[in-house]
Amino acid sequence: MLRRALLAAPLALAVRPARAAEASVTIDNFVFTPPVLTVAAGTKVTWTNRDDIPHSVVSAAQPPLFKAHVMDTDETFERVFDTKGTFPYFCGLHPHMQGTVIVT
Amino acid sequence: MTEHLDRRHALSCMAWAGGGLLWTVVGGVPRAGLIGSAQAAGTGFSFAQVSDSHIGFAKEANMDTKGTLESGMALVKARKPAFVLHTGDVSHLSKPAEFDAAAAILGASGFDTHYVPGEHDVLDEKGTAPFIERFQKRQTQGTPGGAYYSFDANGVHFVGLNNVVNLKAGGLGNLGAAQIAWLEKDLAGRTASTPIVVFAHIPLWTVYEAWGWGTDDSSKALALLARFGSVTVLNGHIHQVLQKVEGNVAFHSARSTAFPQPAPGSAPSPGPMKVDAGKLRSVLGVASVTVVPGQGPLAIVDTPLGA
Ligand SMILES: [Cu+2]
Repeated sequence: MLRRALLAAPLALAVRPARAAEASVTIDNFVFTPPVLTVAAGTKVTWTNRDDIPHSVVSAAQPPLFKAHVMDTDETFERVFDTKGTFPYFCGLHPHMQGTVIVT
Repeated sequence: MTEHLDRRHALSCMAWAGGGLLWTVVGGVPRAGLIGSAQAAGTGFSFAQVSDSHIGFAKEANMDTKGTLESGMALVKARKPAFVLHTGDVSHLSKPAEFDAAAAILGASGFDTHYVPGEHDVLDEKGTAPFIERFQKRQTQGTPGGAYYSFDANGVHFVGLNNVVNLKAGGLGNLGAAQIAWLEKDLAGRTASTPIVVFAHIPLWTVYEAWGWGTDDSSKALALLARFGSVTVLNGHIHQVLQKVEGNVAFHSARSTAFPQPAPGSAPSPGPMKVDAGKLRSVLGVASVTVVPGQGPLAIVDTPLGA
């Protein structure tokens, strides 16, 4: 436990600013809000499902760059976006639900 | 022409009359009738459709999905069908305990049950594998995600399709090229007079695109079915009775045993509809289908769990 923490600390510092920015996306009524989220590189994005039906977050890239395990009501998925670019995603259960993270 | 119009009229009247679906094949063509009516009690063999049991769901819309599935199976049992088709969303989150509980209730009925997966049944990291292992004796071997198969009963050819995997961003349900190629081969040697019953989770007709209620490549499957005189397509997913007759194809979606969903476009989202506890059983149900020898369509009867 201790060894892992010692190893992880310098790595985290090297990759991210000391206080990582955070942003969030909510899911209500089968809609990602905001549908387009623009963040600075290094930002941690958290999705929260507020519906009473499960949803997921799957990268629309081929092959997918990220894939959340299914989120039941009030469950969350987090991902740190370190690379600049445009990252479209959708819900793996309800693919008409779509969103985009733009990293600048 | 007249016959076609009459059939459509009869189908819609009967479907809206109740909540359970009883399918009857008369002379190879599916026909709808009310459960308990003389029509449905004809000489054909019948099978039942159960759908969207969502075992594991326990929220305001229904705190007891096991209890409502048990009620649905009691209705099915009373009809003495030859077997049961389950059109998916057996579980809510694909958890082993949910599969166990569903298998216990469905298994206790003693009926041979043929399943296709819903999108809620393939949420495990291993995709369709746990569902296939638990519920599908006849999946098409050697095809990744191949949770589809066919079988024959009483002269009717049954095709179970999987349209809930490899969904594309912005898309609807999906069959995929491999499954369509398999379907073409499966139907190839069959005479046009063979009655066909296709069952899948998501509708194979576009019910409401904005809510994803349709299947991207269903037209490819329907083209392969076009030469058959009688095609009946059964689905779940939308938790309500809806139907459409197009040429020789009758489409029918069944009620859920777990919770109702709103009519297309009538609510902000397709999420579970909350109704008064006393009213819940009137909007849940199962279906029976009877196949009657002679000329005429299969009879589908939707029966609600309660008044
Ligand atoms: Cu979703």
